[in-house]
Formats: sequence, structure tokens, C-alpha cells
Amino acid sequence: MSTENGKGATGEVLLEMRGLRIEGQADEQWQEIVHGVDVVLRRGEVLGLIGESGAGKSTIGIASMGYARPGCRITGGSIVFDGIDLMTASEETKRQLRGSRIAYVAQSAAASFNPAHKLIDQFTETPVQHGVKGRAEAEADAKDLYRRLQLPEPETIGFRYPHQVSGGQLQRAMTAMAMACRPDLIIFDEPTTALDVTTQIEVLAAIKDVVHQFNTAAIYITHDLAVVAQMADRIMVLRYGDLIEEGSAREMLAAPKQDYTRQLLAVRSFRKEAETAPAQETPLLKVENVSASYAGLVMVLKNIDLEIHKGRTVAVVGESGSGKSTLARAITGLLPPLEGRVLFRGEELPPALAQRSQDQLRRLQMIYQMPDTALNPRQRVRDIIGRPLGFYLGLKGRAREERIRELLRLIELEPEDFIDRYPGELSGGQKQRICIARALAAEPELIICDEVTSALDQLVAEEILKLLQRLQDELHVSYLFITHDLATVKAISDEIVVMLQGEIVEQGPKEEVLAPPHHDYTDLLLSSVPEMDPDWLENLLQRRRAAQ
Amino acid sequence: MAAAVTNLLKKSPWSARFGLLVVFAYIFVAVFAPVLTPYGESEIVGSEFEPWGETFVLGTDNLGRDMLTRLVYGARNTIGIALATTCLAFFVGTLFGFVAAAVGGWIDQLLARIVDVLMAIPPLIFALLILTIVGTSVPALIIVIGILDSTRVFRLSRAVAMNVVVMDFVEVARLRGEGLWWVIWREVLPNTMAPLVAEFGLRFCFVFLFISALSFLGLGIQPPTADWGSMVRDNATLITFGDITPLLPAGAIALLTVGVNFVVDWFLHLTSGLRDEH
Repeated sequence: MSTENGKGATGEVLLEMRGLRIEGQADEQWQEIVHGVDVVLRRGEVLGLIGESGAGKSTIGIASMGYARPGCRITGGSIVFDGIDLMTASEETKRQLRGSRIAYVAQSAAASFNPAHKLIDQFTETPVQHGVKGRAEAEADAKDLYRRLQLPEPETIGFRYPHQVSGGQLQRAMTAMAMACRPDLIIFDEPTTALDVTTQIEVLAAIKDVVHQFNTAAIYITHDLAVVAQMADRIMVLRYGDLIEEGSAREMLAAPKQDYTRQLLAVRSFRKEAETAPAQETPLLKVENVSASYAGLVMVLKNIDLEIHKGRTVAVVGESGSGKSTLARAITGLLPPLEGRVLFRGEELPPALAQRSQDQLRRLQMIYQMPDTALNPRQRVRDIIGRPLGFYLGLKGRAREERIRELLRLIELEPEDFIDRYPGELSGGQKQRICIARALAAEPELIICDEVTSALDQLVAEEILKLLQRLQDELHVSYLFITHDLATVKAISDEIVVMLQGEIVEQGPKEEVLAPPHHDYTDLLLSSVPEMDPDWLENLLQRRRAAQ
Repeated sequence: MAAAVTNLLKKSPWSARFGLLVVFAYIFVAVFAPVLTPYGESEIVGSEFEPWGETFVLGTDNLGRDMLTRLVYGARNTIGIALATTCLAFFVGTLFGFVAAAVGGWIDQLLARIVDVLMAIPPLIFALLILTIVGTSVPALIIVIGILDSTRVFRLSRAVAMNVVVMDFVEVARLRGEGLWWVIWREVLPNTMAPLVAEFGLRFCFVFLFISALSFLGLGIQPPTADWGSMVRDNATLITFGDITPLLPAGAIALLTVGVNFVVDWFLHLTSGLRDEH
């Protein structure tokens, strides 16, 4: 068993996976999902695995523990960890390694902690079980690690339950737990993907710091090149289970060799070009002094005022809990506001959904974050798009069919191929396109887009943004774009509304909000967006320390 | 379509095939009862309690009616009534369950509390009580057991519908201005079919057993209609003489219950996405 002092020298090969082949089961058939990938990791090195969903990055990461998820199996290649062949090692040997010498940090800390036990009890379980430390010693160590990971109140935070700390704190507590036995290798599987940008910074900084302090080797899995640039010494770009490009982080960012890597680098550089429609006298939608709350307890929206003009895009940006989705619910009438009113073309909309006329409903459509749950899995594309056509416009038979095909062409899907499919037979991006078509079918004047790109891969998300922009240019529809992603805001908005804890802290035309001087919070948000520069995190932290 | 069914059957486990075989055999027997039987349903053809033999393959019962004939007709009566009862229970249960889930608020509270009250009373006692009051005609039997059983269906359908009504696509339908009926019929129902069909199979077994139990107690299907529950009771005395004839209707009940459960298990396995770990 290794201890802090007994570790091998930095630079010595710790993990070597050669010709790794992994199969996954889909529809009762085994298909190869990783096609002979080589991974070599040295002690103290941080390796970044990057790729879109389905690239096999998590599968490879987990395979380094000699483990395959249910429904997957390792079919070929070798996995050698510190001289131990994990392909032939017994379950018991592997069990001894896992948790003590190889640790894993999952994407969702909230789902990985047992909600029934205190954080510190979950922390001490692993070292005590593996016989590395006694209970008291492990507890003292937990507090030390909590301090190093910059958790607030490190002495007492461990005695809270998982639901009593925030998402970012939980993710750091999970990192502390992974460090408990001072492992040689930690696998970070998208540890910051579910976090807000401002929280992400804290977690990234804490992870980076602690990994360096203990000279732990790490595999850092993410889909975000800008994030991995901050963390990794070396990056492997994966696609569909194949290695595309491998190299040191700095070299790859400076001079990517493959087209695919270049595409990933160029992501988020899309900007709307066309001159947008000028503001008219009567705004299309006017929100006046709206306040709302759930069950009358906490005010989630406080005195919101905003205007959306025809053919323009207003982006509402804020972190989780800022009330931006609640604003959408208040506008659509799903959550009637406590006070204030919503005007559409100068005409007041009834607060509750049930009181609105069919025509008022038609003009205001919505697109959701998760295309998976926004489409009824038991309806075909034809019925999904056809229903609003029949419901609002009374289209039937031939006319309806023609219009469905027209809409499919508008969202760049071939009608012949797609009209008879079920949502389960579509990719994430295609599903989102169908959602857009369904909204367009109603011939709306305003579409509320609630985080429509955040569940999609970056390249796919960019295509969706381009599509939405093209539709606006052609159809002059207005968007209320709710997002936490500032890159999206920069790409598509005409006006920006920044929200914090249910209030608007800053609003105005894009150029004004994005240009200094900023409101403090806007500045924090803007500066927290990771950039494709390996020194960005270091520099930012230094600047922030200096500012304090 | 036919190819898909064949393919599905090829991959089915032996238990499911056995279950299907049993279920289809029972349906066949029930449908063709008059053709398959040598005598009439309530025709007295011999003396009481005649042993097994050439004329009466399974002997005769306490009134001298042919046992085999009564067994075959029993399938028809008991299964028919059980099926009608289960359908009624499902119609009432899912309708109210879906309405409760989709509307929520005080309607949900009201319906759920009414169901709580009904479920608080032991069903057998309650059924006996009601049937003594309203009489034991076949429609009364179907309605009483159907309503009692619909409380269980209500609980299940409300729970599964709750998981569906929070989905975004239901919100989309509501935002579009769709009515309650569309939400229930087009959005919720198709996404809750799997657990409901599985429950239908199980519920059918329980209803079947319940009717047999009532008949055994004399408040179920009334003579001279052949019924397995009452056949057990009428011929129970034979057991004392070491004759297993009264166990035959009991066995018929048991076999069908097992068969239906096998099919339901298989169906549940197929639709729930549960896979055996390798």
C-alpha cells in the first residue's frame, strides 16, 4: 500500500493502457465504442480527455480502474497500473486498489453522495475500510483537506448533510473524499459541468491546487476545451471512440493539427452579423414591475421590467437560482405574477394561462432546455409538428402535411427521412430542431428559449444558434433567450438583461453591457468564462487576489 | 408485424411461453365450451358423486352433473366475469387516477381521500356486506368488485401519471391551450401503458381469486351457473374420502394464475428496460 512518502518518482509511468477496446450493448447487440486507444500517464501528470458525448472519454477514464459500466465490457488491450495488470487481476485486488490508490470524482456530486449520511462520515468510510487510517485520524485529515480545498468553516462543514451545502461545495467535498487515501491517480469525470461559471472557477482552482500539492496524477474528462486547458498538462482529443489528436496542452491550443480540434477551438466564436430590426415605438412584449413567488413564500422575482421589440433578441443571463426561468413562467402564465403586468403589443395579457385566448397563446411559444423531455416519446414527428398546425390554424389533410414538410425543410431536416420518426430515433440536436419546428408551426411572434443549447454538445449547440439566427432573419420572430452561458449571449443577443437573486442588476444593448465599466456582478460573470488560454485561470486568480 | 411477433416469441423465456400457452388454452376452452363438452352445463346426467370412468371422465358432482363439463363451463363463466370486472376497475381507476394527477389541487386531494376510505375497509368483508344488501346477480358482482379494485388501480395510475405530467411535453401541451382530455388521452396515457398493462395482468389474477373466494363463500356466481370457486365448496366433502376431484377446479384456478403471472413478468421485463446483469 502506498503512503505519501512511499510514492514513486515523478515522471515514472503510472498507468499504461494499450490498444484498449471496449464494447457497449445497444438493443441487445454488442458494438465497439472504443477502438484501440493507447493512454499513458506518468506520476504527477494531469491528462485531459476531451470530446463530445459518445466520444468514449468517460468509458476510457473508468477503464483505467479496470472497470466497465453495466452494459459495457472491455474486450481487448492491456491495462497496467503501477505494474499490476488490471485485465487479469482478481476482483479482490481491484477492490483494494479502487478508492485507496485510484479514486473517482463523478459529474454530479449531488447524486453521488448518500443523502442520509453526513459528509465527514462518508469521507472517513474509505480510509477506515481500506485500513489506511483510523477514524479519528481520518476526521482530522478531512478537516485539513476541506481547508486546503477552501471550503468555508472546514472544522464543522463535514458535520452537515449533503443537502445542506451548495453544489460547488459538494463537488469540492467529493474531491476531498477522493483524496482521502492519497491515491496515485484520480479520475475527474466532468466535475464542473453542472456548476455555474462563477462556482466552476472556485472548484477548478481548488482541484488544481490540491492535485499539485500532493503530486497526484489525474485524468480530467470534459467536453470543454477551455476548461481542460486550465487543468491538463497533456490533452487527448477523442471522437467516436478514436484518438484524434494528442499533445501537450500549450502546443495543441497554439497549433492544433487536426480539423476537428480546430473546430473545437473555434467554438463559441459565432456572432450574429445582420443588422437587427430597429426598436419600434410599441414593444412586442413589455414586462412591467412583475414580482412572483412560489406558494407565496420567497419572492423569486422582484420588480422586473423589460421590453422586447419585434425581430430582436433579448438575452436574460444569470446563475441557477437567479429567477430567470421563473421569469419565463411568469410571462407564459404558468406562474401568475403576484403583481405587475405583462403587455403584448400594448395589450395586457391575463396573468393566468387558463384565461388567455387561443390567439394570445399562439403568439407566444416556448422551447425547452431538455429536448428529451420536451417531446412526447410516443408521438411521431408528424404528430408533434402537426398538432399546433391543426390546433391553432385549423390545417387539415394535404395542407397540413405540406406545411409539416415545409417546416422540416426550414429547420434543415429532410422531410422524407424524419416525418415518420419517433423522438427516440433522433439525436439531441435533431430533437431540439423538432422543438423549434413545433414552436414555429404556431407562427409565433415571440419565442422564449429556456437554456435551449445547454444540454447539447458544443458543436451541435452552435448549429442550433445559427439556425435560430437564420430563422430570425427570415421570419422576424423575437426571442427571449434565457441562458447561463455568456458565449451564447455574446453570439445571439441584441440586448442583455443580467439577473441576480430575482432582480435585474444591469440591462441594456449588448455593446453597452459587455463593455466596461460593468456592474460588479456582471464583471464577475464575464471574467469567469474560461478562455482557451492555459494561463487564464492563474492570471485571473492573481488579478482577483490583487483586487481584494 | 407478424415477423416482429415471431421474433419476440423466439427470444422469450420458457416461462413466458408456458404462460402464453396456458392463457391461450384457457381462452380456447372458454370460447368453445359447448363444442368441447359432452353434456349441458347444469344438466343432471347421473347419480351423485359418481367416480371417474368411461361415461363421466372426471365423475359427477354433488347433484349428479358431469364434472368435466362443469369445469369447462367454469372457465367460461369465471374468466368472463373476471375480465369484465378488471376492465371496469381499470376504466374507473385510470380515469380518476389520471384526472387527479393532471388536475391536482383539491380534486386530487378529494379523490385520494375517498380512495383511502375505501381502501381502509377490508375488501372481502366490504364485498360480502354490499353483496348481501344488493343481491348476488352477475352485474352486481362485477360492479362491486370492479369499484373496490379500482381503488388499487387509482393509486398506481395516479403515481405513474404524476411522473409524466411534470414532463416538459405536458407543459408544452398546456401552454398550447390543450384541454384536460387531450393531456390525459394523448400525452399521459401512451407513456404509462407499460406499468398499466402489467398491472392489468396481476389485477386480473386477484379479481379472479376474489370471485372464486366469494363463490366458495356462497356470495359469488350463483348456481346453477358453473364456477370453480363454488365447485370446490360443493364437492369439498369428497376430500374426506381421499378423492382429489374437488382439487381440480382449485388447480385450474392456480394454473391460470401462474400462467398469467409468467406472461406479465415477461411483459414487465420487456417494457421496463430491465436487463439481466451479465
